[in-house]
Amino acid sequence: MHQLLKQIFVTGNKTEAAPEPDENLRVISQRLEKAMLDTLGRALVIRHIDAGSCNGCELEIHALGNPYYNLEALGIRFSASPRHADLLLVTGPVAQNMVVALQRAYEATPEPKLVVAVGDCGCHDESVFGKSYATCGRVSNIIPVDVAIPGCPPTPLALMQGILTVISGK
Amino acid sequence: MKLLDQALDFEPLPGPLKAWRAVVNEGQLLAFAKAVKQTGGRLVSLWGSDERDHNCDHNRDHSRQCGFTLHVAFAISEGLALLTLALSAENPAYPDLAEIFPTANRLQRANFDLLGIRATGGDPRPWLRHANWPANFFPLRRDVDGSQQFEIHNEEYAFVTVEGEGVHEIAVGPIHAGAIEPCHFRFSIVGEKVLRLEQRMGWVHKGIEKRLEQLPLAAGYKLAGRVSGDSTVAYAWAYCLAAESLSGCTPPPRALWLRALLLERERIANHLGDLGFLGNDAALAFGFSQFLRLKEDWLRLSGELFGHRYLMDCIVPGGVACDLSADGSTQIFRQCDAIEREVHILAGIYEEHAGLQDRFLTTGQLTPELAAELSVSGLAGRASSQPWDLRTQNAIAPYDQLDTRIITQRNGDVAARVAVRFDEVFESLRLIRCILTQMPQGECRVPLPPAADGAFAIGWIEGWRGDVLVALEAGAQGAIRRCHCHDPSWHIWPALEHVIMGNIVPDFPLINKSFNLSYSGVDI
Repeated sequence: MHQLLKQIFVTGNKTEAAPEPDENLRVISQRLEKAMLDTLGRALVIRHIDAGSCNGCELEIHALGNPYYNLEALGIRFSASPRHADLLLVTGPVAQNMVVALQRAYEATPEPKLVVAVGDCGCHDESVFGKSYATCGRVSNIIPVDVAIPGCPPTPLALMQGILTVISGK
Repeated sequence: MKLLDQALDFEPLPGPLKAWRAVVNEGQLLAFAKAVKQTGGRLVSLWGSDERDHNCDHNRDHSRQCGFTLHVAFAISEGLALLTLALSAENPAYPDLAEIFPTANRLQRANFDLLGIRATGGDPRPWLRHANWPANFFPLRRDVDGSQQFEIHNEEYAFVTVEGEGVHEIAVGPIHAGAIEPCHFRFSIVGEKVLRLEQRMGWVHKGIEKRLEQLPLAAGYKLAGRVSGDSTVAYAWAYCLAAESLSGCTPPPRALWLRALLLERERIANHLGDLGFLGNDAALAFGFSQFLRLKEDWLRLSGELFGHRYLMDCIVPGGVACDLSADGSTQIFRQCDAIEREVHILAGIYEEHAGLQDRFLTTGQLTPELAAELSVSGLAGRASSQPWDLRTQNAIAPYDQLDTRIITQRNGDVAARVAVRFDEVFESLRLIRCILTQMPQGECRVPLPPAADGAFAIGWIEGWRGDVLVALEAGAQGAIRRCHCHDPSWHIWPALEHVIMGNIVPDFPLINKSFNLSYSGVDI
């Protein structure tokens, strides 16, 4: 226990400043009103859905929980159920075999059903995987998308920026 | 040449790997498979190809009799033995190998779904095909262009049910509670105890092998490097090794040393992350914070020096797309010292933490016998006394000059897989220092010469999870005719179904994480 406490003390606080929102990441204009944004404020719940990713984007989503990015300190946390979520964070491309699951998760999510598409394959049809018998391309082909965060994979800072953009006013 | 005293004439495959190929008939395939099993070898992969477009009259290669072919790769002490069996166009069937190697089951089912070649008497259930393309649509056939899209359905899959007093089922997925990949787990349980687990996979099938056939040989490395994002270096190297071997290209020595540096950096990055998540899954959030901090430091330096945090697209046909300056080398040396110091401290804390050890010890035990039976290799195999490691057993440059120590444990439980990760971090740190010290100067990339139509080679690389295999055949005018990518997880997922039996449901996430298998890599 002594070593553990010492390690915590020696490590100190590593958390860095969060990035500013970026309006360029929006796919559709802000559909939340000020009252709603104030309510969501800094208490956003995210449900992550891998709809066909190579697992690269998931690695960076994991990194959001490390002490440098410390997403939870901003009041943003991940939920195990779409029923508790304000926002779906979807990585793609959307595999044909995941379409039903993705649609069901979207239906189970309460309003305002915010959706962020993650990664080059989640944002574009012309990704490395393309469209085929097995993949139906970008996330917005299946469910409406508010913000798209490109990158292969997008960095944790880019992910934070995209998520913060969804809940920022104009 | 002869292997395992079988009356087969093996020809060496091109390239630096110890790998041979023989064209066989059904009886010879079965006899060889049995000999592999008896001598402690294992099944690596199994795939097929459509050769119906070849002109029989002008074709002297017996493996192509204008039907389909089955390829089966085995790991034996001499190296890799590849057996090729010709199948007829009208009735493409082959003997069920799952009788000898149980983990052939899923590979055979996937091959039927993609190509329509069937194991006689094998499990007839689909694997990669859910209800989203018709049963008579075989995407890897050459007369199918693969761009068709079909109506989406929700599949009713025939899970095996367990009956008895108090038995009930827990259905999990495809979307899981954490930020992980999709798969459906069907648990049959009594109280807290797991009686049976059945996995339904294939959810993130992306048609990668069909897509590869539409790419130039020189460009396929990018897609191969995204079969499983956490193993991008291993896949890209395996792909490039195959592409270089079949076109007679030898990358410059410095490029090979840089590739090994990248591969060991990928191994350490993943091990650091897993050690953090394993602490977290046993309710020690301290471990998660500490190891994820170290992983972030590691990734940031990778991004700074090589242009990508996970090293995607750094390995290219003919060499590497990056170089390392003397200053960069100094930074890596310094980082290795810092990480080693901290991991030693954290290893001590994990070791002495009674609550953590209570969760780790005897949990999710994979016995050496079962690991051997299921052809389990890689990290999971080494934690169950299966000393497979290509870095020593089929060492290509620069590993032939590095003397890698194979890390093994005997207990096969979560604790053993944690211990292997700790020791492999230290061993990889040692290797990185050796690489930086011995790496020659010179150029980093040469052009990839044109490959002959039909040229074939194998790439086989020890990734952090286990051995990644890429089998590549060139087509006409610089195209890919066929490319098969194999993840070691194919053999370890079935092992997970066994080791969970008798454990309690709350230990499943911990056990699953201790293997940390790829979903995307097997769904391809």
